[in-house]
Amino acid sequence: MHELAICQEMLSLVENVAMERGAARVDRIVVIIGPLSGVEIPLLQRAFSVARTRTPAADATLEVETSDIRISCRSCGATSGAVANKLTCGHCGDWRVDLQQGDEMLLKTVELSGIDRTGEIADRDGEPAHAPISATVH
Amino acid sequence: MCETCGCTLTPGNKHLVSATGTLRHTNDGRVSVEVLTGLLHENNRQAAHNREHLDQHKVLAVNLMSSPGSGKTRLLEATIRAICPKLRIGVVEGDLETENDAERIRAQGVPAVQITTGRACHLDAHMVHDALHEMDLDDLDLLFIENVGNLVCPASFDLGHHVNVALLSVTEGDDKPAKYPVMFRAADLVLLSKCDLLEVLDDFDTEAAAAHVRTLGNGADVLPLSARQADTLKPWLDWLEATLATMRGGAKLVPRMQADGTALYGTEATG
Repeated sequence: MHELAICQEMLSLVENVAMERGAARVDRIVVIIGPLSGVEIPLLQRAFSVARTRTPAADATLEVETSDIRISCRSCGATSGAVANKLTCGHCGDWRVDLQQGDEMLLKTVELSGIDRTGEIADRDGEPAHAPISATVH
Repeated sequence: MCETCGCTLTPGNKHLVSATGTLRHTNDGRVSVEVLTGLLHENNRQAAHNREHLDQHKVLAVNLMSSPGSGKTRLLEATIRAICPKLRIGVVEGDLETENDAERIRAQGVPAVQITTGRACHLDAHMVHDALHEMDLDDLDLLFIENVGNLVCPASFDLGHHVNVALLSVTEGDDKPAKYPVMFRAADLVLLSKCDLLEVLDDFDTEAAAAHVRTLGNGADVLPLSARQADTLKPWLDWLEATLATMRGGAKLVPRMQADGTALYGTEATG
């Protein structure tokens, strides 16, 4: 039951991103949580509603994308799906497998607003704007 | 990106994240930043620093995890009696309250630092960092970190250690690995403790416990032992010495944490 600790770390990352971009507000956070991450998604949502208080993400939504477990077999070479406590090859049943996907605990995207009017915003290609913006981006 | 927490993008999971570039503008005019960083990034950064520190001093750090009451402290006491002074041991103890465990270790003549977490159910890299600064790593060969008794949360937090050892006592049921997959999948070694009780138990099969660990895709050794019977400790002590030798031979050991399929140096059983 450590979702609150994870939320606090996530918000710390999110605040850094907001600060780097000169944004006053975080509107939306997207994370990817895999079944083998040890994170309970409903608990993460509940912890978030508490942890975001009095941060730039105070009114942000948290969207959780899930991933499926995928394993590749070192014995027969096949790739298959699996469940958390049965990580054996779906084709030959061998336990000698490598995890390809399923243990993610990733901060994927942060959506920001209230960017400082004197700050520079990169254009679509990630290059710095040629001139500072003169209006606040909502 | 950090290699130890399984949070990295790999060829296997990259497709989960759309590659639209670092920054884009959303339809409603917001700025969307693609971050792609592990949620435990800050903990893992600290953990990497801890591990570097331990590597520099050539100290093997073992994260000992189990349910409360499985016999972690008792095993450490028996290990200290068996191995010291040939190898020098230090212990970091993690409990919610009291210094009881650290005092038991100190009574064996071994330095111990107690972390009292208050209500935190696991140790993290920051707590361990502070504890490391209270120890003289020049005087140690092995550092045991006895985590808070908990089969859930500790498995998710890299402390900057080298190997995960999970204890399962024979009174807990041989299907425990299936019930707590995250913990037992992360174990570099599984110890079945209190095996002196097997003669009075009719419901614990050590082979079944090992099979459950294999079913988690984990080839780690599963060793039965008893802290009360010194002759059962040999495989455990041999494993410790071999792992220490591997580390001092130059291998960069990282715990079998949330493995992302990348090879783990020197800690994964082949087969």
